[in-house]
Amino acid sequence: MAEPIISFQDYGFQYTAQAEPTLHHINLDIYPGEKVLIAGASGSGKSTIGSCINGLIPFAYPGKSTGKLTVGGMEPEKSSIFVLSHTVGTVLQDTDGQFIGLTVGEDIAFALENSCVVQDEMKRIVDEVAKLVDIEHHLQYAPHELSGGQKQRVSLAGVMVDEVKVLLFDEPLANLDPAAGRMTIELIDRVQERTGAAVIIIEHRLEDVLWRKVDRIVLMDEGKIVVDMPTRAFLSGNALLEHGIREPLYLTALRYAGIPITEELEPQHVDSLLLTDKQIAMVQDWYQSAAKEREGKKEETELLKVEHLSFGYTAEIMNLRDVSFTIKEGEMVSIVGRNGAGKSTLAKLICGFEKPTSGSIYLAGRDISGDTIKERAQRIGYVMQNPNQMISRPMIWDEVEMALLAGNMTAEERTERVEETLKICGLYPFRKWPVSALSFGQKKRVTIAGILVQRPQMIILDEPTAGQDYHHYTEIMEFLKELNEQGFTIVMITHDMHLMLEYTPRAIVFSEGELLADTTAAHVLNDPELVKKANLKETSLYTLSMKCGIDNPQRFTERFIEYENEKADLER
Amino acid sequence: MAKAAILSYIKRKSLVHELTGTTKLIFFILWSVASMVTYDTRILVGMLLISVLVFKVSKIRVRDISVVLGLAAVFLVLNNLFVYLFAPEYGVEIYESRHVLLRIAGPYTITAQQLFYHLNMTMKVICVVPVALLFIACTDPSEFAASLARIGVSYRAGYAVSLALRYIPDVQREYQNISQAQQARGIDLSSKDKFFTRLKNSVAILLPLVMSSLNRIETVSNAMELRGFGKEKKRTWYVQRRMQRNDWLVIGFVVVILVVDLVVTFWDGSRFFNPFL
Repeated sequence: MAEPIISFQDYGFQYTAQAEPTLHHINLDIYPGEKVLIAGASGSGKSTIGSCINGLIPFAYPGKSTGKLTVGGMEPEKSSIFVLSHTVGTVLQDTDGQFIGLTVGEDIAFALENSCVVQDEMKRIVDEVAKLVDIEHHLQYAPHELSGGQKQRVSLAGVMVDEVKVLLFDEPLANLDPAAGRMTIELIDRVQERTGAAVIIIEHRLEDVLWRKVDRIVLMDEGKIVVDMPTRAFLSGNALLEHGIREPLYLTALRYAGIPITEELEPQHVDSLLLTDKQIAMVQDWYQSAAKEREGKKEETELLKVEHLSFGYTAEIMNLRDVSFTIKEGEMVSIVGRNGAGKSTLAKLICGFEKPTSGSIYLAGRDISGDTIKERAQRIGYVMQNPNQMISRPMIWDEVEMALLAGNMTAEERTERVEETLKICGLYPFRKWPVSALSFGQKKRVTIAGILVQRPQMIILDEPTAGQDYHHYTEIMEFLKELNEQGFTIVMITHDMHLMLEYTPRAIVFSEGELLADTTAAHVLNDPELVKKANLKETSLYTLSMKCGIDNPQRFTERFIEYENEKADLER
Repeated sequence: MAKAAILSYIKRKSLVHELTGTTKLIFFILWSVASMVTYDTRILVGMLLISVLVFKVSKIRVRDISVVLGLAAVFLVLNNLFVYLFAPEYGVEIYESRHVLLRIAGPYTITAQQLFYHLNMTMKVICVVPVALLFIACTDPSEFAASLARIGVSYRAGYAVSLALRYIPDVQREYQNISQAQQARGIDLSSKDKFFTRLKNSVAILLPLVMSSLNRIETVSNAMELRGFGKEKKRTWYVQRRMQRNDWLVIGFVVVILVVDLVVTFWDGSRFFNPFL
């Protein structure tokens, strides 16, 4: 067998700033041309492994290492981050932050400029690489004119100019809408075919990465490698669920139907599944054993009504066109659609951050067009994506109390309200803590508490679970579900198809500023045309139901969700 | 979001746009030196005519930059006003003669000499402003860093300019978002509140903004290092254009202007052209 291009031998690493090592006894060989997925929950050490490979460790993040590591025959510590960058090309998660140039062309050329390549040669390489990633018609574009997926292609081109032997992707899907994510995975596959580079993808969204063939999956937990197996063998085991990673939906569905996942099943992709007639019958049986349709919903009163709403930042370009819908009290709704479809603009209009060009918004039957941001905030809370964008007090108590200080409550009333809110959010034990001592998920709770303390009737959350692993995702979503059960109306802007399916019965779909559909989540994902228009992605459940000859994929999806809910209820 | 920028690159096709950034930078620097040095009215009139001509050639219209021009005018008026208030007899001192046109009160009289001095001072500013504005409005921001590097500024410093241009809009957008979300939590930044409360409230926006900017800096500096920024003593530039015939002509021209300017100005040992003697 060939020499490995990357080799960890009993490697360990401890950041200077931390008391405990982050990596323990890592043994991992990666060979030229291989495609490896490194999966693991947040804090499992998977990103640290990435930093060891590209040289950010030890050059940007100093620390103490043990054992041995070679990358392209060199030991990083004796080399430099610059030398390593000719071997390993890294695409980071933040598509905006890593876009350094003022235009696409400049950004792709960045590494060449730093190597003092002469201009003609540089232009030639940039054109060539841009063609490879399909961005050659946008060389003059500025970053804000590009979609997230396009920006990522630019980043990929920017590291490919060096003819690297290893391409490293650090959570490439975190900021993309589902369709863009799928295209990224396809592109990575194409690029690998052309260049023969080894590809390492660090990601916890397993099913999305497995859309294209992956040779090997390495699963990390608490700084150790717990499983390192070819994809087929890996998926046949039970390792995923034990380590906080979500299994592909089609496999979960097979398990529910009582089919054990074995290698003979070819479980690495929904299209490769080899199901026997007997197994297909099992799936059909499971599908038909569904409880009867749930009884009709209880009578609900209208909470928010949006009528013929239009808006544009400039007169020429309308970001929203003639949008109308209603949200009932106590609902939990998803708003989905590609980046720039108008979802965030809608939220801003509802909260009063922007004034609509035309149309009106009613809350509990009253036109709120004339209300100020502050007045609306008493009834509609808005939670930003990243908790760091909202937290502005060092102590949890102060942060949650902040919104009340502007009102005219007495100190006792405030104390009572804050305590009550902290209890709802499960933060009461931490009430005297500083915010900095909390985990990301807990910080998210603090920001939600900071909004809930005003007792709004409705909460709008922007991407509540972006960048969260399955464990934190479940934690945040279960919390929101509880709030919903307590009577809060919840609206979520999201890219996450699982979230939409599992937690929100209803989805409102936007595309290019228009309301495309307002229907059940299961219906959205089983309507191929809608999926395409809104840049979404059908789930593997759809494909599985087709494979098993089930004529109503939507009902199949619903059955799956019902089954999950029943199971969750039983466990409780 | 997309509000009209006060002063930014305006893409048009013109002779001025076609010059390289380096040429425009050199022109701007030498031109400013020339107009700073001299108080010679004849030279200033000449330069004024040229700068108006250059402005015409650039195809930038006055209304494109009206906001900045307005600001410049306000400062010019203020400048003149204060010079007069603090030194109403400065012109008399310089031109060694005194023709009183109007008496106001106390030491404040209007003399022909003082007016002539103000005229010269104003012309100096009017010579430089269009050229400075044109430098910004006609130079592709991508070319700034390359131009600075070419005249000898370290590329690390030059690149800082580029990075600022790249990330300032991002930070502005972030600020907008944070400020809106915080307003929804009762943070009022309008003038209704007392000054101290407003100051305290602005911390509620700045702290998250600083935190997220620090994160951004980490990403940016990692991304730059991972792609070899700072590896060599020099670097090349993707956007840099070769110097053309016109570039050399323009540089030659501004050098000639500067030389003529110095010679005429200092020929008689004084920076001032004196029509009163």
